[in-house]
Amino acid sequence: MSEHNANTMNLKLHVWRQKGPDAPGKLETYDAKHVSPDMSFLEMLDEVNETLIKTGIDPIAFDHDCREGICGMCSQVVNGVAHGGQERTTVCQLHMRSFQDGDSIFIEPWRARAFPIVKDLVVDRSALDTIIQSGGYTSCHTGGIADGNAILIPKPDADYAMDAAECIGCGACVAGCPNGSAMLFTSAKVAQLAALPQGKAEAAVRVHAMTEALQGCGFGNCSNHYECQAACPKGINVKFIAKLNREYLKAALN
Amino acid sequence: MILDGKCPTGPIEKTWDKHCFDLKLVNPANKRKYKVIMVGTGLAGGAAAASLGELGYNVEAFCYQDSPRRAHSIAAQGGINAAKNYPNDGDSIYRLFYDTIKGGDFRAREADVWRLAQVSNNIIDQCVAQGVPFARDYAGYLDNRSFGGAQVSRTFFARGQTGQQLLLGAYSALSRQIKAGTVKMFNRTEMLDLIVIDGVAKGITIRDLITGEIRAHMADAVCLATGGYVNVFYLSTNAMGCSVTANWKAHKKGAYFANPCYTQIHPTCIPQTGDHQSKLTLMSESLRNDGRCWVPKKKEDCGKHPNEVAEEDRDYYLERKYPSFGNLAPRDIASRAAKEQCDDGRGVGPGGRGVYLDFAASIKRLSEDTIRERYGNLFEMYEKITDENGYKRPMRMYPAPHYAMGGLWVDYNLMSNVPGLFVLGEANFSVHGANRLGASALMQGLADGYFVIPYTIGGYLAGIKPGDYSLDHAEVKKSIEDVKGDINKMFSLKGKKTVSEIYRALGKVMWENVGMARSDASLKNALKEIPKLREEFWNNVNISGDGGELNQQLENAGRVADFLEFAELLSKDALTREESCGGHFRVEHQMPDGEAKRNDADFCHVAAWEFKGVGKEPELHKEPLKFDNVHLAVRSYK
Repeated sequence: MSEHNANTMNLKLHVWRQKGPDAPGKLETYDAKHVSPDMSFLEMLDEVNETLIKTGIDPIAFDHDCREGICGMCSQVVNGVAHGGQERTTVCQLHMRSFQDGDSIFIEPWRARAFPIVKDLVVDRSALDTIIQSGGYTSCHTGGIADGNAILIPKPDADYAMDAAECIGCGACVAGCPNGSAMLFTSAKVAQLAALPQGKAEAAVRVHAMTEALQGCGFGNCSNHYECQAACPKGINVKFIAKLNREYLKAALN
Repeated sequence: MILDGKCPTGPIEKTWDKHCFDLKLVNPANKRKYKVIMVGTGLAGGAAAASLGELGYNVEAFCYQDSPRRAHSIAAQGGINAAKNYPNDGDSIYRLFYDTIKGGDFRAREADVWRLAQVSNNIIDQCVAQGVPFARDYAGYLDNRSFGGAQVSRTFFARGQTGQQLLLGAYSALSRQIKAGTVKMFNRTEMLDLIVIDGVAKGITIRDLITGEIRAHMADAVCLATGGYVNVFYLSTNAMGCSVTANWKAHKKGAYFANPCYTQIHPTCIPQTGDHQSKLTLMSESLRNDGRCWVPKKKEDCGKHPNEVAEEDRDYYLERKYPSFGNLAPRDIASRAAKEQCDDGRGVGPGGRGVYLDFAASIKRLSEDTIRERYGNLFEMYEKITDENGYKRPMRMYPAPHYAMGGLWVDYNLMSNVPGLFVLGEANFSVHGANRLGASALMQGLADGYFVIPYTIGGYLAGIKPGDYSLDHAEVKKSIEDVKGDINKMFSLKGKKTVSEIYRALGKVMWENVGMARSDASLKNALKEIPKLREEFWNNVNISGDGGELNQQLENAGRVADFLEFAELLSKDALTREESCGGHFRVEHQMPDGEAKRNDADFCHVAAWEFKGVGKEPELHKEPLKFDNVHLAVRSYK
């Protein structure tokens, strides 16, 4: 139960420090000592912050909350890769056993025009909320709804919708995209709702509104690099982008 | 004082419908004149803000995260209950009502629980309409699974991410209202005080977590949907930002805190690996549908690889102790049973604090693919954290703090004793009694948000004049000054301890003395240790930076300061409640076989505490509980 067991590591961290949105930022170097392989990446940062506080240095600001890979709050580029590059893993679920004693680790915030830096590793992702607000819903009222089994949804359709709905809205797709595009994020919601009978009524309006919002928020265009899928901690598939394009075309033809 | 929950009387089946009819209404054209504050945007708060906005009220909603989609409701895995009886296995509103009352060990209000069971079916319909992709069978019908504490399959689910999907449903409804302009959303904003004017809740004081600005927001009614407080144990399954702060500030302004000692320790969480640990991760109760809990019969087998322990040397302790419910025994019972085995020296893994959850039999019966389809994401999560493959060797589990059944006292209308202050979801105390059944938290959050508060808040607002408040009131200025004063005081200390060091010490005191088993001596010990830690905090804590910027240390410090006061109330409530019931287990009060021993003669009541000052004796108010429909009986799952 000790964190100082034989397998602990000493690491060199290069962390992006930036006081505020308009302040200049730079990489600072810190030591992370006696790191247990059982620690999560964020627990390692917690320990580093404790040391910083004791030496009178401002701790590193970073977003996090559930620490179980579902809330989508954590957002760090580790060694150049969003969430650290372990397949289907958020940075809060990345464990130190995937590093080795003596490693140098570079930690930076999401970098995208649509995500201004707030402080250190914290960025402003409200543009993703704006996209959902533009049409990422069915316009059903609270109450007065028919029975849940009144509309049958074949299992493959429900599964397809669920595959898309698993998106946690972390923004890694944007951070991973060379164009800073939020196409995967947007397409996941478009595809989920377009696959279900409940969402079909507004499918055309939705796809137009959401792609328009996407452009208005400062995100880049999609040019099929598929880096988004590689960065996505939930494995959201780029096939949903094709679905969005198809929905867009269908809407234009109607 | 004897408290009155103002429950409607008459046949239980008619109570809610009759009450809805009796409630005063606000004319549609007048609704926009009323402003409502919603603090918290999880299942309860998100659903409520969306529904109230849609009705035409002018809503301001607040959350501390960067988006309402992050609320910790998102982490709920297994499912949501409803009395649809789709599987034709004998479910009904009455059975869901009965199971919830019994599951709560007869410490909840009958009328509130009935209403919950009644509206449960509407919730499923609502979520389906929003596009929540619940599991379906090949014919296209909604699928169900079983959960603890029930012998029917009434749990609806979306893989292992039901909470996420329901929250995103509520978030989408909320987003639609934000776009429509009926809800104004304030992200990264934390409530730090409740503003009460002439005894009535009229606003909140908040801190903008980005700029550090402290300002007041006023409204005709304030709703708290701010979740639970089990982070008082430091290590829990809650998100890092979950706190008692909003509830505690309201408590200090007069709202009674009910049954704080009712905390739920969830039986299946991944065991702790070291002192560095920042949180514990839950593995859905649904795993107990197909996983069997066991420990070795012999102590000398505990160090062996589990697959090398022969079948006859395994103790499937839940199946042995509770043959009719088996591995689906309710959470409080399953947690205590796990602790019992470990205390007996037959625990496994580091420190002997673990039991096995074994899928071998189910994999043999159903195939690994079927198990993967049902729980794939949970097995993945388990492997990421432990580096062990749950398909090949049994998972290791240990109980961890998970949910708070206690919360601010509310009447049947979800209004606290402070007029104008409403409390929704986990933040209130109302329906789970002393133990919550699995898949009932999502049900309660959405019931309160979609189908209760939209009706009951109208009954209150119809009786008051809209806009009867002012930012210039002396109470508003005082509240802002008090909040600033606390923050300045924290910065001025310049001590030697970090916030986390004191927080961890508090967690240790709480887990060891007020955790799964509580005694007169342990509780008295906690009551001795907590004030010492509080004193240490207010003399020796060190917070760097300043208040006029994003400062996560300051945020944590404020939350820990409130836990340091609240912990004392929780322990005092546990000491006062001289009985065992649900999640509250007093070692002095147990049956010969170790089961919880209730004391209905003296404790069949809600304990609601009134704040009298930090470190001062709080005043106890009681609300007697009456059981007209369910017979008060010893709770048995044997």
